[in-house]
Amino acid sequence: MAKRIDVSGLTAYYGSHKAIEDISMTVEPRSVTAFIGPSGCGKSTFLRTLNRMHEVTPGGRVEGKVLLDGDDLYASGIDPVNVRRTVGMVFQRPNPFPTMSIFDNVAAGLRLNGSYKKAELAEIVEKSLKGANLWNEVKDRLNKPGSGLSGGQQQRLCIARAIAVEPQVLLMDEPCSALDPISTLAIEDLIGELKERFTIVIVTHNMQQAARVSDRTAFFNLAAVGQPGKLVEIDETERIFSNPSVQATEDYISGRFG
Amino acid sequence: MDIATQTETAPPPPPVTTEQKRASRGATRPGDRIFLGLSRGSGILLLVIMAAIAAFLTYRAGLALADNTGNFLTTFEWDANAIPPKFGIAVLAFGTVVSSIIALVIAVPVAVGIALFISHYAPRKLAAPIAYVIDLLAAVPSIVYGLWGALVVAPNLTGLYSWLDSVLGWTGIFSYQGGAPRSLMTVGILLAIMILPIITNVSREVFLQAPKMHEEAALALGATRWEVIRMSVIPFGRSGIISASMLGLGRALGETIAVATVLSPNFLIGASLLDPGGGTFAQNIASKFNEASEYGRDALIASGLVLFLITLLVNGAARMIIARRKEYSGANA
Repeated sequence: MAKRIDVSGLTAYYGSHKAIEDISMTVEPRSVTAFIGPSGCGKSTFLRTLNRMHEVTPGGRVEGKVLLDGDDLYASGIDPVNVRRTVGMVFQRPNPFPTMSIFDNVAAGLRLNGSYKKAELAEIVEKSLKGANLWNEVKDRLNKPGSGLSGGQQQRLCIARAIAVEPQVLLMDEPCSALDPISTLAIEDLIGELKERFTIVIVTHNMQQAARVSDRTAFFNLAAVGQPGKLVEIDETERIFSNPSVQATEDYISGRFG
Repeated sequence: MDIATQTETAPPPPPVTTEQKRASRGATRPGDRIFLGLSRGSGILLLVIMAAIAAFLTYRAGLALADNTGNFLTTFEWDANAIPPKFGIAVLAFGTVVSSIIALVIAVPVAVGIALFISHYAPRKLAAPIAYVIDLLAAVPSIVYGLWGALVVAPNLTGLYSWLDSVLGWTGIFSYQGGAPRSLMTVGILLAIMILPIITNVSREVFLQAPKMHEEAALALGATRWEVIRMSVIPFGRSGIISASMLGLGRALGETIAVATVLSPNFLIGASLLDPGGGTFAQNIASKFNEASEYGRDALIASGLVLFLITLLVNGAARMIIARRKEYSGANA
């Protein structure tokens, strides 16, 4: 199920602007890797290169390699559509399809991938909603629109939608930044459960969150505004937060920005 | 707003003075008061104009209908100047509705296709010129469409109609006797071209507003470009497409001079859409109005009233369709 990601020499551009430069790292399977760093350091951009969403932005372009268990996502002949079916994503703002019911939202990805029998579909939808800790809250109103749920429920609905297609990797781009603390806690608990089955990468502005949920943490920084973002270091989360090997990391974590 | 409501509902309820009422609408300062007056006046003016039109149509129509010896709804004849007068709208209602439906059936898919191409497929360099050309199409006067339709389009449709006759002639609807095809179908095709720009433009505007986050949600699930459009853009734009179609339908129902130029009218309802004949409300009014007597004009106005009612019904139906899907619309996301 879960796969390892090996990134080497990755540089991403928006038109002529270099957003991130020469990033190399390994993301371990069945673990949570958190990306932290100041705004504009390119952590979200980097996340979006891992499922080829970066190139959707006009002018978006990538150099370098991203290997998913050895297979380069950017090799010629690889269809980005297939990459995104393997590497799922959850966004900053909950974005269930407003015109679809809760059931159809979860089934959306499955319906793209092929035809399922009705019973099969219902089974996977139930399993995914249970997997996202949402089943008990919505099981009586599966045919109601997803946009009627609370923000936190909508975000868990989006997670259910992402895991329904059984991706190898789950990318989360600040999944809790639009949520209240209780919903955030629910999502964090969920992340802890999901890492048994998926490789999870999460971008967060909240360092306590990184410390709580992740096994490994990567710190990104940029020299100055307009300069490309770079990976400063990646290490065990405990080490990053207690005894990082780079001074800049310690400054950032302790609130002394440099 | 909230504070004003609270003062009005807080126990014990103080007597609400005119001052307070005015304050709750935010109209205490001269600028506010003037603007409130202006906007309220415009709203009332609109209603007055609508009521005046309806009253005028109803009054004059009533004069004509009082003396009509034919059944207004079912008579296949328009002899308002005869003594006694005899006229009915059956042929006109049929022709108007059928030609407009043909126009919608042809125009909506094409317009939605063009709108999607401009908003989601075409490179930016191509999208702008195409949008401009579509706008240009809207600026062509309808008499020019009429002349072009009568002199160029109609003569060139004989081949298509003969082919339709050979394939689908057995249905009766598509049988074709030959000769100049100045028929309801030709009118429908011409109307389709005429209403294309408005449907395209409104749809394009709506498609461009489709939220990026829902398109990204579809993309991240592994949707192809077409699947993204099907999952997020078209559902978001559905009510917009309906409104656009209704605007187009409104134009098609009321189109006068182009129809009068192209159609070779008669007062029969033929089974075939391809053979010449039939008529529409607007075309009939335009071609008969000049020679009509005072009474004949009232009769034409009665037919105009029916067109007015059909347009109202169509708009009402469209609003109902849009309202029914409100819960699922993107508005509350």
